[in-house]
Amino acid sequence: MAAPGPKARRIVSEFRLETRGLSRNFGALKAVQQIDFKLGAGARHALIGPNGAGKTTFINLLTGVLSPTQGSVWLAGRDITAKAQAERVKLGIARTFQINRLFRGLSVLENVCIAVTERVGAAGSMIYPAGRRTDIIAESMQLLQTLKLGDVARRRVSELPYGRQRLVELAITIGLKPEVLLLDEPAAGVPSAESHIILDAIEGLPQTIAVLIIEHDMDVVFRFAKRVTVMVSGAIFAEGTPREIEANPEVRAVYLGQSFDQKAGHG
Amino acid sequence: MSAAAPPATPAAVTAPLDHPAARALTGRHRFRWWEALPWLLAIGFYFTFPQYLGFGAELLTTILFALSLDLALGYAGIITLGHAAFFGTGAYAVGMLAYYNLWTEPITSVLLAALAAAVIGFASGLVLLRTKGLTLLMLTICIMALLQEGANMARAYTGGFDGLPGLSIAPVFGRFEFNPLYANTQYLYALGVLLVCFLFVRTLVYSPFGQSLTGIRENLLRMHAVGSPVRLRLVICYTISAAIAGIAGGLWAQTNAYVNLSAFDLDRAATVLIILILGGYGRLYGAFIGAVAYLALEHFLARVYPTAWQLGLGLLLVLIALFARNGILGLGDTLWRRLAPRRVAS
Repeated sequence: MAAPGPKARRIVSEFRLETRGLSRNFGALKAVQQIDFKLGAGARHALIGPNGAGKTTFINLLTGVLSPTQGSVWLAGRDITAKAQAERVKLGIARTFQINRLFRGLSVLENVCIAVTERVGAAGSMIYPAGRRTDIIAESMQLLQTLKLGDVARRRVSELPYGRQRLVELAITIGLKPEVLLLDEPAAGVPSAESHIILDAIEGLPQTIAVLIIEHDMDVVFRFAKRVTVMVSGAIFAEGTPREIEANPEVRAVYLGQSFDQKAGHG
Repeated sequence: MSAAAPPATPAAVTAPLDHPAARALTGRHRFRWWEALPWLLAIGFYFTFPQYLGFGAELLTTILFALSLDLALGYAGIITLGHAAFFGTGAYAVGMLAYYNLWTEPITSVLLAALAAAVIGFASGLVLLRTKGLTLLMLTICIMALLQEGANMARAYTGGFDGLPGLSIAPVFGRFEFNPLYANTQYLYALGVLLVCFLFVRTLVYSPFGQSLTGIRENLLRMHAVGSPVRLRLVICYTISAAIAGIAGGLWAQTNAYVNLSAFDLDRAATVLIILILGGYGRLYGAFIGAVAYLALEHFLARVYPTAWQLGLGLLLVLIALFARNGILGLGDTLWRRLAPRRVAS
């Protein structure tokens, strides 16, 4: 089936996720332009940039919420540009949203159960009661306990404080057992007193998962990331280790600026 | 880790399953004692009010229709004001089969009605369910109006505006005749059909499929992001809901022994929606409570204010919309939680 030759576009790659010349225009606005991006297995990669740099658009292209104007997205050496969002999830790309997208009227445990049920492919079953799938319920409950959400598992999501809700957002995606995890500002809107809960949870993720995180808080970026990509006006502006990015005078000029000096001073 | 745990012995239960949240889920599908009440009341009604069994059969049919809407609207969150499209399809399927003496056996007729409604539901669902909100609402009304006008124009087959009167339906199980004066058979037959359909819907909503419908209702975008084939699920749900509405329509045609264009009325679709909102949607028994409350209210108010009884209904709906979004059952739920001693958070 895999006949060798110029047509066999499958390229063995050490990269979990890769984009080639990825672009997306909204009318005349070039939201994302010609991005070549690679995410290795087990990566801890941060994506930073000023507001409107196209970071979330980029995530939406990776997850299939948007389709690109040009270019392609590859997962483990396979072209997934034409795959819909739900199919990409099945292939192992999961994400959290900048603004919570939760099943607000359901209990915390149900939120995770719905995701796990989809992952194991049981969600189309119509006869056997969901309550008898104790394997799914136990796995979801264990996940909540490791994220220290066990005490609120029975509560409705809408009754939880925002920081806890962000953690449920994370629990749902971890329940999908992704190979690539895209976190869109996971600590956004969380009071700083609570943000360490989320950071601890992210640091506790299995090392095999490749993680890409969009984050504004430089403390988080430098604590968490091994590589940093800076996006400006829809294009990659710089890429390197946190130290290199920190030392890069151009990055400091366009993005990090004053507040960065202050924050770096604390760290 | 994810080895399928056998669902039985308490000894095999692991610690996470002992958590109250987990136990709430593992025990949710079990029958509660009070679930027998509506059926006992229905049987009690049969013996206590033999002169009202015709009305009773109508009530049971309405409950079934409301139950079908609950599946689509209450569970999957499909906003529709055109569910009479499927009620009418089922009614005309049974009516035409009986009128032209093609098929009069009641149970198989009703299954054919379900099939006809399911076909319409599937075909229209494929198109409709690409939209949502007001667009979806308008399109569901359009489909219903098209079918009604179609039935009106196909006069040669449907009787047009006059409908098809005097349907003769074969006895149930070949033994129990439909008697227009004493509706005993109609009532028990409707009760049996309702029970079977209810058990089916109940099984469905507590299945993983039902759980995913709830997920779609609660957050459609999140369902996409957990890898759920959302549109497929919605189309399947809509088709099943349409089939059950078709059964309700077929039942209506059989118990009344006629069909006419009112089966497709917007009024009928709106009434069933009001019933569901009144009783409480997304909770199975809302259809029962709502139908009983609506018909009782109609009866009572129409007696007190024969000309303006709908004003009273309108006021009640305003109150429900303002203070009891989840209907009568939701109101009961809230009161129960207030009165019951609050459980200490574990």
